[in-house]
Amino acid sequence: MSVPLHGIIAEYETPEELLRAAKRAREAGYTHMDAYSPFPVHGLAEAIGFEDHKVPWVTFFAGVIGAIAGFALQYYISVVDYPLNVGGRPFLSWPAFIPVTFETTVLFAAFGAFIGMLALNGLPQPYHPVFNAPRFERASQDRFFLCIEASDPLFDRANTRHFLEGTGARMVSEVEE
Amino acid sequence: MQEVAQRETGALIEGKHTYESITHKIASVAMGYRHPIAWYIVTAIAAAGVFMLITAIAWLLLRGVGIWGINQPVGWGFAIINFVWWIGIGHAGTLISAILLLLRQQWRTSINRFAEAMTIFAVMCAGMFPLLHVGRPWVAYWLLPIPNWTGAWPQFRSPLIWDVFAVTTYFTVSLLFWFTGLIPDFATLRDRAKKRISQIIYGVLAMGWRNSAKHWHRYESAYLLLAGLSTPLVVSVHSIVSLDFAVSLLPGWHTTIFPPYFVAGAIYSGFAMVLTLVIPIRAWYKMQDVLTMKHLDWMAKIMLATGLIVFYGYIMEIFTALYSGHSMETFLVKNRFFGPYAPFFWALLVCNGLIPQVLWSPKVRQNVALLFVISLIVNVGMWLERFVIVVTSLHRDFLPSSWGMYYPTIWDVMLYAGTIGFFTFMMFLFVRFVPMISIFEMRDLLHQTDRHRQAPAGAPATPVATTEVSS
Repeated sequence: MSVPLHGIIAEYETPEELLRAAKRAREAGYTHMDAYSPFPVHGLAEAIGFEDHKVPWVTFFAGVIGAIAGFALQYYISVVDYPLNVGGRPFLSWPAFIPVTFETTVLFAAFGAFIGMLALNGLPQPYHPVFNAPRFERASQDRFFLCIEASDPLFDRANTRHFLEGTGARMVSEVEE
Repeated sequence: MQEVAQRETGALIEGKHTYESITHKIASVAMGYRHPIAWYIVTAIAAAGVFMLITAIAWLLLRGVGIWGINQPVGWGFAIINFVWWIGIGHAGTLISAILLLLRQQWRTSINRFAEAMTIFAVMCAGMFPLLHVGRPWVAYWLLPIPNWTGAWPQFRSPLIWDVFAVTTYFTVSLLFWFTGLIPDFATLRDRAKKRISQIIYGVLAMGWRNSAKHWHRYESAYLLLAGLSTPLVVSVHSIVSLDFAVSLLPGWHTTIFPPYFVAGAIYSGFAMVLTLVIPIRAWYKMQDVLTMKHLDWMAKIMLATGLIVFYGYIMEIFTALYSGHSMETFLVKNRFFGPYAPFFWALLVCNGLIPQVLWSPKVRQNVALLFVISLIVNVGMWLERFVIVVTSLHRDFLPSSWGMYYPTIWDVMLYAGTIGFFTFMMFLFVRFVPMISIFEMRDLLHQTDRHRQAPAGAPATPVATTEVSS
């Protein structure tokens, strides 16, 4: 009892089993849990009661910043700091600035999607207790896991274990913090 | 309807595969695999090509661009031909990974990783040429809007500077997209690795990815967004490359058809290069059950379709020139048909227009050896196309007194061949150290196709399992 628990983890063989178990856990009132699967399983995030639409927004605002920055850069250079008369065209010849503005928009938005996804996921993360779970290396290969975390208000070492054993799990084990 | 879907998706993974077997098949190539002897031979030859590239660049830096064949009327020569050729090759990678993802084409799964790697290395090769062509690559940073001691800034009304932004953005976004796709696979390799060094390297690259459903949720959203961003990007890049030509006033360059025609040509050459690379690697690494005939067949079909668009472009170029009644435009067509570079023009029509028409026959598309030969011919044809565009317009323009001829030197050839060596070298290193097929997407595909097989006849397909596969 000296090592605190991160949670109790159950292993399943198919994504369907995992989905069913996750739904049952939700119905049983558990809220703090996470599922692990070797590929994205549709509906799994919803099944564990998780929803997050921040990535598209981060991407969108990064794109907006990119567009403004790209256009402002060209405006500053071509109109303010280094006005150059090219064939008598106006200094603010904005149609010619569109391609670069487009490219900076895409560049910033792509960084927004990439960094936003990693940051919201808390990656890079050198250590996470779930890696202590036995056979957890299979989560990136061919097995499906559901972990009910110790922080859950309903979490009880014996009861939760019993509950998970009743969901068709191949193996249930405790995960140390 | 469902039966059709079953048959078609079934053909994307052949043989009996489980999550474990498919993971093992792909991941084992990157770790502790006995590589075929062909891998060593090709990599050794390609490494020799890399040394040739280094030699060609070193001599160029010592002596300047005078060692090349470029001269006064033809200032662009091999450097720009090869730049456009390589950039074009890169485009199929983005098309396969991004556009086919948005269109829910599941067959992309087996080839997207490979094609994205191809994009990255092709853009690296492409980028070398304009940098070296500027003559003094050590001041190439003048192309970027960096405050410097000259007090001068780039001129944003020029397509050449748009090109700098387009190509650097393209490279960066392709790299991000590729790396994002690799994170879960690096986690797989980390978890399978036996050696300490592999565990550390793949562990660092996987960044602590733990396959959590919450992570997947955000991951899929980011992946889709990156695909959505790459799609207009890829169209913009080759359009901007074509504007390098189209914005000038030279006959043969100054046409509005250039952007779409360049984009189609880019995809055409890119698919040809994917086939050129995939066909031998598929055989050497025995990947026939995940890179099936279906994949080759569909790639050949896309090649045929884009080839026809390109061929239409050729015809329209000639038509527009003649229809314009402009003496310089008419002269250009005559010069292409019968001038000193006429053999290149006719060879281009044969390589890009005539020979690929055999792909209409399903028998040809099922013949791997023939497909390989055709893909090589298309690669050559697309190079000839860029040669004809760059050289014929430049060497005889408005004033006969300023006409000239362009002959590449040995240094041009060495630099070009050197980039091919570099590209091959990088591709083979990629095959050696990185899963060449996206493992997690293959597991997903396996899951979806299995659902189809298990679904009882007549039962309505579940929403998840609707696999829209259209040929």
